[in-house]
Amino acid sequence: MAPGDAVGASALRLENVSKHFGGARALSGVTLDVGHGEVHGLLGQNGSGKSTLIKILAGFHEPDPGARLWIGGVPMSLPLAPADIRKAGIAFVHQHLGLVPSLTVLENLLAGEYAVAMRWFINWRAEARKARELFRRFGLSLDPLVAVERLSSVERALLAIVRAFMQLEAAGAGARLLVLDEPTPFLPAEDVGRLFHLVRGIVAEGASVIFVSHDIDEVIEITDRITVLRDGRLAGSLVTAEADKAEIVTKIVGRAVDLESLRPPVRAFGPDRAVIADLAGRGVKDFYLRVRAGEVVGLTGLIGSGYDDVVTMIFGTETADRGYLAIDRDEFDLATFAPHEAIKAGIVFIPGDRLNQGVVATLTVTENVNLPVLDRFNGGFFLSRSALRRRAEALNEALDVRPRNPDCPIGSLSGGNQQKVVLSKWFQMAPKLVLLEEPTQGVDVGAREQVFAEIHKMAVTGAAIVCASSDHEQLAAICDRVLVLAKGRVVASLEGAAISKAAIAESCYLSLDVAEGVGL
Amino acid sequence: MTMSDMTAQRHERRQLWVDRSERIGLIVAWLVVIAAFGIARPGPFLSWANFSTIFGSQAVLVVLTLGLIIPLTSGDFDLSIAGNLTLSAMTIAVLNVYLKLPISFAILAALGVGCLIGAINAVVVLFFRINSLIVTLGMGTFIHGVTLWISNSNTISGVDFALPTAVIVTRLFGIPLAFYYALLVAALIWYVFTFTSAGQQLLFVGRGREVARLSGIRVDRVRAATFLVSGLLGGLAGVLYTGTTGSADPSSGLSYLLPAFAAAFLGATSITPGRFNPIGSVIAVYFLVTGISGLSILGISTFVQDLFYGGALVVAVALSQIVRGRQERTS
Repeated sequence: MAPGDAVGASALRLENVSKHFGGARALSGVTLDVGHGEVHGLLGQNGSGKSTLIKILAGFHEPDPGARLWIGGVPMSLPLAPADIRKAGIAFVHQHLGLVPSLTVLENLLAGEYAVAMRWFINWRAEARKARELFRRFGLSLDPLVAVERLSSVERALLAIVRAFMQLEAAGAGARLLVLDEPTPFLPAEDVGRLFHLVRGIVAEGASVIFVSHDIDEVIEITDRITVLRDGRLAGSLVTAEADKAEIVTKIVGRAVDLESLRPPVRAFGPDRAVIADLAGRGVKDFYLRVRAGEVVGLTGLIGSGYDDVVTMIFGTETADRGYLAIDRDEFDLATFAPHEAIKAGIVFIPGDRLNQGVVATLTVTENVNLPVLDRFNGGFFLSRSALRRRAEALNEALDVRPRNPDCPIGSLSGGNQQKVVLSKWFQMAPKLVLLEEPTQGVDVGAREQVFAEIHKMAVTGAAIVCASSDHEQLAAICDRVLVLAKGRVVASLEGAAISKAAIAESCYLSLDVAEGVGL
Repeated sequence: MTMSDMTAQRHERRQLWVDRSERIGLIVAWLVVIAAFGIARPGPFLSWANFSTIFGSQAVLVVLTLGLIIPLTSGDFDLSIAGNLTLSAMTIAVLNVYLKLPISFAILAALGVGCLIGAINAVVVLFFRINSLIVTLGMGTFIHGVTLWISNSNTISGVDFALPTAVIVTRLFGIPLAFYYALLVAALIWYVFTFTSAGQQLLFVGRGREVARLSGIRVDRVRAATFLVSGLLGGLAGVLYTGTTGSADPSSGLSYLLPAFAAAFLGATSITPGRFNPIGSVIAVYFLVTGISGLSILGISTFVQDLFYGGALVVAVALSQIVRGRQERTS
């Protein structure tokens, strides 16, 4: 198919899209072509460039020069302004649906409309009638007057999709393109069916859909064509009916040689340091884990698999429904566990959400780093401020935190330097169990290796380490064992030499089959 | 040294200078106000009598402001503190004058009432997870109702003279003792804020509750403690108020709420800019009161008091917002 033909037939065509963030390449020469009335799947791992591409389409990022865009065959200039996107007939439904739970279905439905058009009299009765007609048109039974918080999660997703469709209708002509960005990760199979029914209804009305997902089976079921990204490049463009699952997985994961020469040498581990038994709650069911002294265990899985909930429940950040924890000889009930008890038990937690959970940006490096150990500086009645400052200076020196000024607010440091301070803050407590959540998220490349080295050093002291992450390369670089979760249960375990970025990724994508197979 | 190094250094030096002048800005402003009124009305304004009256009589406002900055630091409001002052003052009057109980017992009872109010605030805010602004707003009005009830809406005078003697009559270096009591409280809070783990915990609870919780701080306990202490200081302000006037009236104490907030926020723009701090609060109180006193000596009518306090509160909040916003962006 010649490019000229494609432009004429496409609802949307993006060509030669590249994007660099600083020195890092996120996208390189990617093309995306979505036909009229087509459901187009967009697949790729975390970091493949999928979300960067969607954000360029949403006008959130500006692509590098050279990118071109056609909407309905008409060339458009990039970057797109939000008003242009609306006028061009493109609407988005993100994973965070953008609904206000305490307001009614109708108010949420109309929020977008009232944001752009000033109206002096709203006839609520007529609006409710129109909403009911719209829902009926797609076979939905939603009550416009009920609060969104009373809806099930699939109903909320359906509402968000219908609302996006309304935006397309309001735009009239244009691309009539709906972008669904990971709408399904928390939905059980029967609910996914309802969602797909709606998507087909919308396509029948003449719209096109871009469907972004991790779930290959879903993509195979609903899409007509598939674009796969890997490491910022186009890894393949397939017609769904002609592709099989193994081929798609290969395209997503790639077969490139793994570069994880950083892997720690095989070591002898000590006795069991931490045992987690019968843990359940949030997205997790019947979780069991034994971590030996000096061992680094990785937890991963697709979005919604529950891998990230495990660490937050062990620390008591979130409350578990049930579960037991043993550290050396001490036992704890995780259903009533709180962070201050966890810390007393010798557990530390380095949260992934650094800005809300890790540091207070407006307070100084000294204040942030010393918070959990203030009592050590309580000589007599006075906290020695100079000793606190010297302590912070020494820690900064040890981890090469820049700038070397413990009096500046921690928010003024780069992400990597902030994370080094957070590591110092917790590692100075000589913990028995270290819980990490996406430890290198928002951390620059140089600092990343240093974070790995610190984790390794901590392991050598005999701490047990559990790291929850969706960054497979990172897991391959630091872990002695990696557990893959799906639907809240462990479905695969990789050890020693079997661990590689590709192997972890493959297990993740095949994990859903395993979960289905054992009837989860 | 390269060009950019030099500009960077110059920038750094300028930043240092800005920081320093910010720290002492309020003191300078206070001196300027004193100088201005001193030039306008040297006789009545610059008299020692005028200043010792200001220092002594406004000790109540200082204690009230200090009571506010503790919950403010940990991110909560206590709007009931002026109502607390009035009820505590009335408690002394009722127990001592009507029921003829000894003044020492009445004072302890007033402090107890203050703590009780703080405890109720804490329970309601923390147990029901309601915004402290709303809870203490309601509580303030509720306890004013209690005050009117137990006093029959009357001003009660004739409190045992031992109390005024200990508060306002006895002078040290020409200034009533009340002033020194307030300074003592300020020093105590300064010590806790600056040199104890508790001070750091307060700060983290106020700035990042989730960070504090995940660092092992018992956030609810800390917040409960701040309500208790602000209740106690509200009670103490009530004791000083009764001592200053020798009587308790059911309503006039309420007018202290706004100046106290104005002083708390104004104080947060100096000494340690961006943070509520006791020394800044003390200076801010006397800055505001000097302004009012000067204006009234100039013969300007009483409505100016509302203009001044109200305006000062808004200006102070805007200033502290600017300071904090800049700290977040740069440094």
